[in-house]
Parts: sequence; C-alpha cells; structure tokens
Amino acid sequence: MTTPTSTIDNWAKQEYKYGFVTDIDADSLPPGLNEDVIRAISVKKGEPAFMLDWRLKAYRHWLTMKEPTWPNVQYPPIDYQAIVYYSAPKQKAGLKSLDEVDPKLLETYEKLGIPLRERELLAGVAVDAVFDSVSVATTFKGKLAELGIIFCSFSEAVREHSDLIKKYLGSVVPYSDNFFATLNSAVFSDGSFVYVPKGVRCPMELSTYFRINASATGQFERTLIIADEGACVSYLEGCTAPMRDENQLHAAVVELVALDDATIKYSTIQNWYPGDKDGKGGIYNFVTKRGKCQGRNSHVSWTQVETGSAITWKYPSCILQGDNSVGEFYSVALTNHRQQADTGTKMIHIGKNTRSNIVSKGISAGFGQNTYRGQVKILKGAANARNYTQCDSMLIGDKCGAHTFPYIEVKNSTAQMEHEASTSKIGEDQIFYCNQRGISKEDAVSMIVNGFCKEVFRELPMEFAVEAQKLLAVSLEGSVG
Amino acid sequence: MDTLTQVQSSYQAQFEQALSRRKRNEPGWLSNIRSRAMDRFSDVGFPTTEDEDWRFTNVDRIGQTPFLASQKPLRIPSPQQCAELVCTENAAACIVFVDGYFSAELSDLKGLSDGVRVTDVAQALVKDGAFLQEHLCRYADTDRDAFVALNAALFGCGAVVHVSPGVIVEKPIHVVFISTASAEATACHPRNLIVAEANSQVAVVESYVAVADSVYFTNAVTEVVAGENAVVEHYMIERDAPSSYNVSTLRVEQHRNSNFASHSILLGGSLVRNNVHPVLNGEGAQSLLNGLYVLGGDQHADNHMRVEHAKPHCDSRQYYKGIMDDESHAVFAGRIIVHKDAQKTDAKQSNMNLLLTDRAQIDTKPQLEIYADDVKCTHGATIGQIDANAVFYLRSRGLSEQDARNLLIYAFVGESLSRMKQESLRLSVEALVLARLPRAGELRESRG
Amino acid sequence: MLEIRDLHAEIEGHEILKGVNLTVRAGEVHSIMGPNGSGKSTLAQVLAGHSAFTVTKGEVLYEGEDLLALPPEERAQKGVFLAFQYPVELPGVGTNYFLRTALNSIRKARGLEDIDAVDFLKLVREKAKFVDLDERLLNRAVNEGFSGGEKKRNEIFQMAVLEPKLAILDETDSGLDIDALRIVSDGVNKLRSPERAVVVVTHYQRLLNYIVPDFVHVLVDGRIVKSGGKELALELESKGYGWIAPANARTNNRPAVASAH
Repeated sequence: MTTPTSTIDNWAKQEYKYGFVTDIDADSLPPGLNEDVIRAISVKKGEPAFMLDWRLKAYRHWLTMKEPTWPNVQYPPIDYQAIVYYSAPKQKAGLKSLDEVDPKLLETYEKLGIPLRERELLAGVAVDAVFDSVSVATTFKGKLAELGIIFCSFSEAVREHSDLIKKYLGSVVPYSDNFFATLNSAVFSDGSFVYVPKGVRCPMELSTYFRINASATGQFERTLIIADEGACVSYLEGCTAPMRDENQLHAAVVELVALDDATIKYSTIQNWYPGDKDGKGGIYNFVTKRGKCQGRNSHVSWTQVETGSAITWKYPSCILQGDNSVGEFYSVALTNHRQQADTGTKMIHIGKNTRSNIVSKGISAGFGQNTYRGQVKILKGAANARNYTQCDSMLIGDKCGAHTFPYIEVKNSTAQMEHEASTSKIGEDQIFYCNQRGISKEDAVSMIVNGFCKEVFRELPMEFAVEAQKLLAVSLEGSVG
Repeated sequence: MDTLTQVQSSYQAQFEQALSRRKRNEPGWLSNIRSRAMDRFSDVGFPTTEDEDWRFTNVDRIGQTPFLASQKPLRIPSPQQCAELVCTENAAACIVFVDGYFSAELSDLKGLSDGVRVTDVAQALVKDGAFLQEHLCRYADTDRDAFVALNAALFGCGAVVHVSPGVIVEKPIHVVFISTASAEATACHPRNLIVAEANSQVAVVESYVAVADSVYFTNAVTEVVAGENAVVEHYMIERDAPSSYNVSTLRVEQHRNSNFASHSILLGGSLVRNNVHPVLNGEGAQSLLNGLYVLGGDQHADNHMRVEHAKPHCDSRQYYKGIMDDESHAVFAGRIIVHKDAQKTDAKQSNMNLLLTDRAQIDTKPQLEIYADDVKCTHGATIGQIDANAVFYLRSRGLSEQDARNLLIYAFVGESLSRMKQESLRLSVEALVLARLPRAGELRESRG
Repeated sequence: MLEIRDLHAEIEGHEILKGVNLTVRAGEVHSIMGPNGSGKSTLAQVLAGHSAFTVTKGEVLYEGEDLLALPPEERAQKGVFLAFQYPVELPGVGTNYFLRTALNSIRKARGLEDIDAVDFLKLVREKAKFVDLDERLLNRAVNEGFSGGEKKRNEIFQMAVLEPKLAILDETDSGLDIDALRIVSDGVNKLRSPERAVVVVTHYQRLLNYIVPDFVHVLVDGRIVKSGGKELALELESKGYGWIAPANARTNNRPAVASAH
C-alpha cells in the first residue's frame, strides 16, 4: 500500500485544500454574452479571421439551442448573461521566460503543488498552467520542440500553427455538437494544444493544470491533441477552484485525434470546488470530451478520477473509425455531500475489429447522486467489434443514490458484448471484518475504497495514482462511521 | 370454436374423466386443489407473447395441438434398452416412468437406506397422505403459470423423494421419464416432490428421454423443499425427442442455511421451456442455478429463472451457458427479486452464449427487482461467436478446424460441467454434450 | 483464558444476552449450542467487539485483561479470532494482500518485524493446503465470488495463518455439505493445542461429531441454561431444545428419525 495511515489522517483532517483566492489584477470583460463580447475575446487573443468566423458561427447556432434536460441532475437555471466570459491575470505582453511571470501566479501554482520553475519541476512532467481564461506558463517547451512536439497554449497554436488548427478544430466535436460544446466554441478562451509528429513517442507526461480564480467567471477552455501516425502521448489534466458561495460554470471541450497506429492516453484528476456540505457553491462541470480513432490500429484511452464539482456532466467518448482501433474508458466518480454526477462514455464502433473497454466505478456518499450513463453503439460495418463494460457502484450511507443507464445498440451480428454491473454498500460490516483481523479503521477504509477503484487507478500514470488515492480519502472524510 | 378453445375444452374433458376415475382414491384436499387449478387454467388458457414472461417464446404449437392423455404403454422398453437410454450406474435408487406410468420392472428401489423413501406419487398418496398434504402442490404457483395449473389439474405420475433429518444420501437418486413413440400426440404431466429434511443431503436426477421420435408434450412440475441446513442437488437432463415439447417448472423452497444446486442440461426437444424458481426463505440459504443448453436445427429453448430472496444473508448464483447452431433460438430471462427484508443479499447472474451461425438467435434479458437497500447484485451477459483467431492459432499448431472448434466449444462448456458435484453424473453429461458437438466442426466460416 | 461474567448486551434497545457466565481455559474446546435467536451469534460478535451491540452489564476478562475496553483490532492483535457466520466480501482487496496486512498489523502490535514477502507466500501456501483451499482464490478479492463453502474454508484458512490464541467459530458449519464439513473440521482440529482455546458456536450437533468438544453449553434466551460434556450435544440432537428450554423459547429442531453417523 502506498498510502500509510498517517497520510490518510492528515488528509482526512482537511477540508477543500485549494479553496484560496489569489489576489491579482485581472483584465476582464464585463459580464454578458453577445457578438461584441466574442469579437472582443478574439481581438484580445490576436486571432486570425477564420477563428472569429468559426466562433460567430457557433454563437449564432447556440442561440437556436436549448439546454439539455435529460441528465439526471438538478440545478437552478443558469443566467448566461451574468457570466464573465473572459478574465486574465494582468501580465506583460510577450513573456520570454518564466522569470517574467507574476510571482503571485507562480506562488499560486506552488501552493497547488504544481511548481512551474523548471529546476523544481516534477521530473518527466511538462506543465501548461491555465489561470482563468488564459495559459500563464508552459514548461519544457524547448525540450519537447527538439523532438518536433508542439505543446503550447491554444491561443498560441491558433496564431503559430493555424494550419493544424484549421484542419483539426471541430473535426471531432463540431461547433454544433451540443449546447455546452457550442457555447464553448463561441467563447473559449484558452487551453492546451499538443501535436506529436509521426513516429514520435513523447518522452514525458504532458499536463495542464486548470485553475479558476476570478469570481462570476466561466471557464471555457479548449484542448486539442493530435497524435500523428505511430505517435504516442500521455496527457494529464488537473483542476481546482476557490471556495465561493456562488456556482461557477466550466464548459470545456477536449478533442483528440489519433491517426494510424497512434496512441493517446488522457487522464483527468478533477477536483473543482464541490460546494460546501449543504450544497452551497461549487463548479458546474459541463464538459464535452471526445477522441477519434481515425487511423488503423489507433488507440484512445480516457482515465478520469472525478471527485470535485457540484455537478459533473461529462461523457469522454471514442469514435472508433479506423479498423482494429481501441477505445477505453476508466472512471472513478465520487459524489459526497450534495454533489451530483452524471457521467459515463460513448463508444461508437465504426471500423472492423474495433474494441472498447469501459470500467466505471461510482462512489456515492452523504447525499451524493451518482449516475453512470454509457452508450455502446456497434454500426453495421463494425464486424467483430467487441465491447466489455463493467459498471460498479458503491454506496456509503443510506441517503445517497447510484443509478445506471446503459444503452446498447448493435447492428452487426458478429459483435461480442459483455456487460457487468454491481451495486454494493461499504459498511460497518466490512470495516469490522478488517478490524477483527487486526487492521485499523483508517487502513480498512483506504483498503476497501482503493480496492474498489483498483482497475481505474492502475491506468493512471504512477505519479498521479498516489495523488488520486489521497484525493479520494479526503473527499470521503467523515462519510464512513 | 377455434383450435385453441377446442384444445382447452379437451383438457377440461380429460380432467373430468380423470376425476371420475380417481374419485375413490384421492383425498379431498387434493381434489380441491385440482378443481381450482383446472378452473384457473380454463380462465387464462395458454400464455401468448403478449405476456412479458413469454415474450420470446410462442407456445401456439402446444396450445393448438389436441394432445390426448397418455395411455399405458403396450410394450415397455427392456431393462437393457432403458440402460442404453439413461445411464443410472452408481445410483442410490432409480424410479422409472414410461409414458407417464410408473414401471416397477424398470425401477430399482431396493438399495435405499433407512430414512430415505422414493415412491410413485400415486402410491405415496395412499401410503403417506399426511406428508403429501403438507407439501404436494403447496409451492409451485398455479395462479401465475397456466402450465403449472394444468399440471396440478391433470398430473397422474411422478416421484416422491423424502429424506429424513440428518440422513446423508451420498449417491444420486434417478427419476427417469421415458416416452415410447406413440402414433398419436399425447401429453403427460409429471409431478415430483423432493423433501430433504433438516441436516440431510441428497442429489436427485430427473431425466427425460424417448425411445424414438414422436410428437408428445411433457408438462412437468417438480417441487423441492430443502430443510434447514440441508444440502440438495437437482439435475434436470432433458433429452426429449426432436418433435416433442417440454415445459418444466422447478420450484424450490429453501429453509435456513440450506444449500441448493440446480443443474439444467437442455439438449433435446423442439420447444423447451425451463422454469427454475427458488425462494430463499431462510437466513443463510444458498442457491446455485447452473445451466447448459446446446441447440441445433430449429430448436427453441427458453430458460426462465426467477430467484426470490425473501430473507437476509442469502446467496444466489445463476450461471447459464448456451451454444446455438443452425437456426436454433434460445432465450434466457433471469429475474432476481430481492424482498424488503432480504438485506445482505448477494445475487449473481451470468448468461454466456456462443452462436455458431449468423441465423442462430439468442434473447437474453436480465432483470433486477430490488426492494432492500443493502444488497449486492451483479449480472452479466455475453453473446459471441467462436473466436476466429483462436481457431487459427490452434490450426497453426496442427489441429483440424473441426477439432479446433470443438476444443473451444468444449472449453466453453467445461466451466458448467465443473460445477456438478456428482462425478459420475458430470462424466455422463460430458459425454452427452460431446456427442452433440461434431456438427460444430462442419460449420462454414460464417463471419463477414 | 476467557472469563465471561454476567454479560448483558443489547442491540437497538433489545436485550439479547441476559447474563452469560462462561469460563474457557487454554487447551479447551467449548461448544455453544441453542435454538435460532437465542443469542449465540451475538455472544460471538460481542466478544469480537462489533459496535452494533451495547454491553449493558457484566465483564469479560481475556488473559486477565478487560476485553470489552479494547477496540476490535486490538482484540485481534491480542489473539482473538472470529470466524464469521457471514464472511464479508471486500471487492478489489486481494486475499493475500489483506492477510499480509492483517498479519503484519498483529506482528507490529506484538513488537515483531513485518514478515518477509517470500516467507509469507510460503506460509499461505502451506496453510491453504491445510484447508484444501484452491490457491488461485488467494489472488482474488477477499470472499468476492466465493461459494458459500469457499467462504467458510477461507475463514479457517485465515485462522490458520493468523494463529490466534482464542478462536471463536460462529456457525462455520452452516450450509456445508458433508465433504466440506470434514475439511473445515480437520482444519480446526489441526489447530487444537494446549495453548489455544476454541469456542464453537453451532446450531447443529453434526459438527461436533468432527470437532469433539470438552464442554457443551446450551444458550437459550440469552442465558446458558445447561452445561455438560459432549454427550449433552447428542442428547440435544435426539430430544431437541424443547426439554431444556423455558416454555416460551422457540424450538425449531424436530427430532431426527435417523442419523448417518
């Protein structure tokens, strides 16, 4: 076990650890949304014309759309005119090195456990730090550039690599995809961009650290990762936000494109502020994530550990277009107190011999509501497609809920489908059983929860698997008698 | 009058005939049950595909065939013939029925130890009335199932197995139903009762076989009572004639700490429905439902599980596996019902299917109905074909395609066989299943 | 080794144990029998420290120490082992890993070093043979997907690995077929020693054909109403609990017509 008792103890005593606010001057647009706001965002980012056109097209489409009501979550109506769509910490234009970054920002990331100065960096991890609406720093850029890997903020990519943006932006999640993705297409401010050229295996973990700081601000980041033929990349994102009484909207879009023989592994540790014990405040995390296995033998793997946010609404999905391509989804979603999560995946099998693997672990505690919603679709041409779905729910206490909505659609008779589901309750009995064998309560809880999530944790990059275990222990604090 | 109503009124006539014939022998309590059941059947008739429980199985072929009551056979099979039909070696006892009539010649009930009784139900009614009154027709629900009602109204044969408290019967008891090919379509409604008292242990094997092909309808009901801490194994080995119909209902009442296992092996018949319905009605009871169906031609087999958890701390396991060749059609419906008080229930269900052709069909429907909040229920279903890569791998090691396929199919069924505790039975079932396999080898590559 | 004096315990306000007195010395095997609902399992759980029960009166001394003052893990660390009536599943927690954590927790409490991984593996292999437990089960999650018989054998296996001083078996025989019953009993018998005491809680006399007790106690309505030697169990088997129980106690055992052994 990597988590000794003392660590759990320390973590268990804390409340949400990332709830502080950084006092920094911000350059913000007034709240509200109209074409002028979109133009203003585009100007602030120095975007080429094609980008503004795309944004406006999305915005005009968005005006015709309705917010979805099918998710199994409840929240008061969102006033889209009350949201600030752009907020950036004031910085000198054209930073040349990290030394020019406002020390307050560096301090913020240090407090979050993400040092940005290269000499203090986690070995083998390159970081893009996104603060409210903009990327404030990207590390190891030079080293990666030597291999031809592009790892930069999305804004920079729009300016410097517009050919790649033009080619791939919206190719997986079109601007008209869904209410929140369309809103994002209109107003997205920043995010990360990754391009790994042919045959290159990215030698380090790439990671983006998202931080919401300003109040009444929405965060609309956009991430695009392209793995060219035979390329291989592992990417990780982490998220936190201050504790505030208000709800804040986070509507991100992530697009992954894997060409022939390429592999993309995308891991998320989502720890947005979940609101307080009574459900006051917290982030609405309405996110569209989709990967396209465009090439033969390509591979997209999603791993997520969702412990934060007041409401989570996300379905990282795979379009398995290339023959022999593989899509995977490993998820741990935890809801405690008044948190709600409606999450799962979609696996769309188009090519022959495509395979998908879904492992979903839902943990509900307190008054938390946790819904798994997953779709597996085998199209006519997807001969010999295979899917394995495992969907387990764990209930802690008797006020919480777990719901499972699998949708299976098979149009090819050679498909093989396997589905397993279980619901169980962690209780006094399990802990007593461990106690009776001489094991303490703290060790027992961590053993049981980590055992439940094992299949997902082992998919995470090593450095983060430990983090995820700790995070889970904190999020469950006080929920087991 | 349409065929269906005609057929139904013919059952009514059979009922009345039997009633007058039995009047002298049968106790009043049973006559009452029979009359109520007949009324029930007349009211509801045979189910249709509109009934959720019969959605994938159309029983019109049964409902529209005017089956006659089976007649006492003119010629019964010789003991050798019987031994060829069913392997009853290593049995504690063997009770044989031919066309629904008890055959003393073919039965062997001598070797039984004290505390175990195996009798024909008609005799038991005379000799052991009080015991039968307590158990017979007390468990299988005539209101919910028209076939059970019809059986209750008309049954004339069946085995009664009674094991006294604390008695361990180490070898299996065989109950054999043989059909001799009669010229006319006949129906037979066997009713078996197995009562294992507290702390006893017994294995009972129910076999259905035919001397030759003919159209007949077997509508069997078996009621099992597993007393406190009793260990009961039930085997249903269905090898009916190709043109026959078989609807069987196994209803199990489980007391505290009882340990019950059902093994259903469906190999024969044209249309087969296998209902298995254990009620775990005592704390700490365990139930294993193990099933294997191997179908070909246009066979239709429907396995209908209904597992009821009525008390806390009970475990149930359903493992059903099927292999479907040609145009065969299998159905698996597994319903787990967890009552409000049945906390700490642990129920598992798995249904795995191997389709050997594109035309074979499986409908699998898991259902969970849970009214308690601290339970663990899992279900899983797979539908697949023989793995072409695995076949290729084996062929590259020198196996013929047929052998490769058979090996993989055998591996698929091996797990089901390994759950059978009675070794002699496991081996004979294995032989029966293997005998069904060579067809698999002739299969053309049907993937595309 | 164990001294129970006037023990009263209740759950959710219902008194289950109404003054139990029992003395168990090292090397002895005691059997506690009684009808369903008489408090047998409650006694076992109270001794192990289950929090659902409240002790309202009386005391329990274990090797001269106040057992009731200790949390359950400390009782285990001091050598009290309960084989559960309903062993609990721990999904995802490997049996080997679980047992090693348990063994090391116990060793640590006794001031011993953690057991070496190789030695541990040797130990569990040897003990698994002991109860005829398929070694593959050790790599699976604790009790998850185990059959009823496997769960019960796993309890005895854990007992063999942890080598307790006081082993309490709570209806370990329920639902077992005759072969499994023999295996479980053999496992327990191999552990009998002059330093160790075993308390066998059972509803059925059958088990006592295999684990022969030194003393048999009959628990009815929360009190031990009769104690005796092993012959008392046979008497109960033939006469049921009725002849011994107060008039209002439930009697569930019908007299046996015959017995195979």
